Amino acid sequence: MSNLPATPAQLRIIDRDALFIGLATATYGISFGAIAVTAGFSIWQTQALSLLLFSGASQFAFVSVLAAGGSVSAAIATASLLGVRNGLYGMRIAQLIKPKAAQKFIYAHLTIDESTAMANRFDATSSTARRAFLATGISVFVFWNLATLAGALLAQAVTSPEVFGLDAAIGAGFFALVAPRLTSTKTKFVAAAAVAISLALTPWLAAGLPILLAATAAVIAASWSEK
Amino acid sequence: MSWAGVLAVSAIAYLTKLAGTAIPQHVLDKPYIAKLAVLLPTSLLAALTAVQVFAAEASLVLDARAAGLAAGVVAYKLRAPFIVIVITAAAVAALLRAVSGIS
Repeated sequence: MSNLPATPAQLRIIDRDALFIGLATATYGISFGAIAVTAGFSIWQTQALSLLLFSGASQFAFVSVLAAGGSVSAAIATASLLGVRNGLYGMRIAQLIKPKAAQKFIYAHLTIDESTAMANRFDATSSTARRAFLATGISVFVFWNLATLAGALLAQAVTSPEVFGLDAAIGAGFFALVAPRLTSTKTKFVAAAAVAISLALTPWLAAGLPILLAATAAVIAASWSEK
Repeated sequence: MSWAGVLAVSAIAYLTKLAGTAIPQHVLDKPYIAKLAVLLPTSLLAALTAVQVFAAEASLVLDARAAGLAAGVVAYKLRAPFIVIVITAAAVAALLRAVSGIS
């Protein structure tokens, strides 16, 4: 993609992709709403998590730790560790989009896996990167919250995402987001190393930590020269 | 369940996101930081994929989710749109669970 102003056709494609990603997260959001209510959260608390926390992995972590009998502080710690990546994404978004001071407060809330991945497909400071970030962030926010409400209301019907293969859908969704990035030897190496690190640490560390420590692959690879 | 917990975890999540976007531009312009900002999401998304598919609490397992991911990879290679990749993975995993003893 060039740095030229986006054409209407480009913007339509971006908006369409954003819509699909929002719809895809909705299938996940329905299960979140149902699982949270089943775990003992009220519908309002469940909705508050989707409106305010607004980060799927962190929301599932928070609910599942409490549902498994963990303490509130353990649940907060696990969800917050999973959310550290959103801070890292924020760095990338600041670089790609250069939001104005006031915009940062809105953009920060929309900084999630999906919006960052979509914006990251385009050149820094391009209008396409901004459109991809905002369209995806808003689409996911709307569908995620509607789906959460639907799931919470239908909690009796959908209590186990496994029945519908939704848990497999989440993994494939993350794959579909990371795969387009694997264009160089370095990014492929980082992805492979991250997979190896996260899986190797899974039996030994609390949920969330193996994912965070996989970031060391990026920390090390970023220091290598381009040669 | 605790409203204080819900609001605290939400506040921490928002402040984490805001802290990221608030990092000054001159920091982002350093080559190392610029490369790190590109590579970090790659590492985390790859790890999220792996853990989401192969982890069951603290165990590593090979179950219907792996078959779902494999189907999703094929769909991706065939240049299927995102929603098709996701639905393909879900359908294959659900089908496998329905017709076999695989969890």
